[in-house]
Amino acid sequence: MHSCRDISILVSQGLDKKLSWRERFTVRMHLMMCTRCRNFQKQTQFIRKAARHYTDGLQSRLDKKS
Amino acid sequence: MTGTLLTEKNLSAQRPVLFRYALLQLHDRELADDVVQETLLAALQSASDFEGRAGLRTWLIGILKHKIADHWRRSAREASVPEFNQIDEDDGETEQDEFFMSNGQWNGGPKAWADPEVALKQQEFWAIYEACQNNLPPKMAKVFMLRELVGLEADEVCQEVGLSEANYWVIMHRARLGLRECLEIRWFNNTKQEKHHA
Ligand SMILES: [Zn+2]
Repeated sequence: MHSCRDISILVSQGLDKKLSWRERFTVRMHLMMCTRCRNFQKQTQFIRKAARHYTDGLQSRLDKKS
Repeated sequence: MTGTLLTEKNLSAQRPVLFRYALLQLHDRELADDVVQETLLAALQSASDFEGRAGLRTWLIGILKHKIADHWRRSAREASVPEFNQIDEDDGETEQDEFFMSNGQWNGGPKAWADPEVALKQQEFWAIYEACQNNLPPKMAKVFMLRELVGLEADEVCQEVGLSEANYWVIMHRARLGLRECLEIRWFNNTKQEKHHA
C-alpha cells in the first residue's frame, strides 16, 4: 500500500514531469478514496496557477510604480 | 545540434523566460528588458561559444546572470543584490517531517478550500501569497520560483541551482507542502475571508 506521503510525492512530481502509466494508475486509485490527497492535488494545481498570476501581477505592479 | 539552434527565432523564443528571470531579480521592467536585449545580442555575437551541450536556455541564463551582475556592479545598489544568487546553504533537506506522521499519513493535512478562484481576484490574497512564498527557506524559495515563476523545466532548475534530481523532488515537494499549508492557515481557513465573500 502507498501512504499519503508517497502519493503526495507523486502528485508533486506529476507537475514537473510525465509520470509513468503505473504511477498515474497508483495515484488515481489512491485519490478515489483519499480526500486529503485529492485536496493536495487540487491545491498544488491552484498554486501553480497562482504563481503565474503572481508573475503577471508583478509586471503590472512594477508598471504602475514607474 | 549546434548552429541550427542559434537562429534569431530560437533565441527570441526564450525571451519570456529570460525576461521573467531578470524581472524577479531586478524588479524593474525596463531594466529587465534591456538586460534581456543585451543578453540576446551577446548570444548572437558569441554564437560560436555555444556548444549545444548545456541546452540553449541554460547557456542564455548564464549570459543573463553576467549581465545582471554587471548591472549591480555599475549601479550603487550593490547592497540590495537580491535573494536569487547568493544562497548556497542547504535547507529544506532535513529528514524530520512535520507534514506527515511516521506511518506516512497526513499530519493534519489538506482541508477543502472554498472558492480558490475567487482569491485570485482579491488584493489581500496576493499579500498573503507573497508572504507565504517569502516564508519558504531561501533555497527552497529559489527552486520554487525558478520553476513556477520563471518557468524553467525541472532539469534546468537542477543545473541552475546545482541540485541532483532526487534533491529537486524533495525540495519541490516540501515547497508545495509549505506554501499550501501557509495559504490554508493564513487565507483559506481564516474567517477574515468570509468578509470578502459577502
Ligand atoms: Zn492520501
